Amino acid sequence: MTNRRRVVITGVGAVTPLATGVEQTWQALCQGKSGVARISKFDPSGFKTQIAAELKDFHPEDFLDNKKIRRTDPFIHYALVATRMAIDDAGLVINSSNANRVGIVVGSCAGGMTTYEKNFLALREQGPNTVSPFFITGFIANMAAAEVSMVFGARGPSKCVVTACATGSDSIGDAFRLIQYGQADAVIAGGSDAYILPVGIAGLGRMGAISCRNDEPEKASRPFDRDRDGFVIGEGAGVLILEELGAAMNKGARIYAEIIGYGSNIDGHHVTDPDWENQAKCIVLALEDAGVLPDEIDYINAHGTSTISNDRTETKAIKAALGEYSGKVAISSNKSMTGHLLAGAGAVEAISTILTIRDGIIPPTINYETPDLECDLDYVPNVARKAEVNTALSNSFGFGGFNAVLVFRKFTE
Amino acid sequence: MKEEDIFEQLKKLIVELLEVEEGKVVPEASFVDDFGADSLDFIELITAVEETFKVEIPDEDAGKMQTVEDAVNYIDLKSR
Repeated sequence: MTNRRRVVITGVGAVTPLATGVEQTWQALCQGKSGVARISKFDPSGFKTQIAAELKDFHPEDFLDNKKIRRTDPFIHYALVATRMAIDDAGLVINSSNANRVGIVVGSCAGGMTTYEKNFLALREQGPNTVSPFFITGFIANMAAAEVSMVFGARGPSKCVVTACATGSDSIGDAFRLIQYGQADAVIAGGSDAYILPVGIAGLGRMGAISCRNDEPEKASRPFDRDRDGFVIGEGAGVLILEELGAAMNKGARIYAEIIGYGSNIDGHHVTDPDWENQAKCIVLALEDAGVLPDEIDYINAHGTSTISNDRTETKAIKAALGEYSGKVAISSNKSMTGHLLAGAGAVEAISTILTIRDGIIPPTINYETPDLECDLDYVPNVARKAEVNTALSNSFGFGGFNAVLVFRKFTE
Repeated sequence: MKEEDIFEQLKKLIVELLEVEEGKVVPEASFVDDFGADSLDFIELITAVEETFKVEIPDEDAGKMQTVEDAVNYIDLKSR
């Protein structure tokens, strides 16, 4: 274990319902702004849930050519734009001398659902010859990673992680391992989803998973608050550039933070109901992997979905994993503002976590008004907090019981 | 429809779908060699041609169309 290489984050990119771009998104997070509004992509009348966190000010044509836009799904557009930002931010140059050492782990929960819905309707209404030759390549979830390779030239170990809402964190975790164990020197890691479409909203609504607070969209996502009624679906992508420490230092890269631990397990319990014991084990796995003790944790970026089930289970898991110290750790949920970006969530929340380490600011959990007796930790309610954060966790828990926890630390040589 | 009109409409489709400069769309231009079309590009173009000109193009016929002129002649013949 002593031979594992150190891994740092040198670049970040994000396309979120708060803004297109990392710094703008970060400002909005620190200001406690909500990205939730009535759905505009289609007429949601007749749907139980009529709100979502849609992207604002996102213009793919500013980044991609028309042909690429037309032939790929929105989830691929988001991933490509976030990747462009992250690569530029890191100053990562990919050429023939290093392409085989630059990997890609960009996942998606759902893949190209917009493309799927469009072609399915064409098939039913106009027959098989109207299905686009770009249907399959726009739909399958691994094509975001493939397009990243084609556009940016990375040719190292690459894959697409699909672990529901844990996808973004698992992608970063896998990228971390690829570099730790010497299979790659840099990895483009993250997640992307574009799931705000009629069949998605209907399906999540039928599960009872999403908020129906249609008359107060900005207050709908309220993690840990007693009066929450489900999560708010969002869309977008987050991408990080992870690099081996020596390589990053040699080229004088700016280092945001170091990633020092990753825990991954699965509940083996229920399709949607999470299990606190296995979530707690996952947190412990991550701490052990990082070699840190519970009382070294200054902040937890929670999965914090705003469902009763998640928030209570996650609270219980944090208590079990950190023991008495859990009452002293600051915890907050980005999803109170961004909604749930699915695969983008873990990635954007990882970015938010490392910016908390960089700036010493913890973004709040907004819409926290009435405590839930079963959620009794410090959720940094409503207003951002200044705090020296050296070591932080980012939790992600997905349908099916997939758990992923990342540990980040302020970089020191 | 006159052959010139077929050519003009086809030119529009080629410019839009294959992202080719208008001036390069000449009768003798080849889809593969001059426009860089791959197999998926070509299927998309054929589908658009079928919709625009209200003709059905079986795969074996599509496979024989190599140049813009081939396509114009084919559409002309089929739409008579």
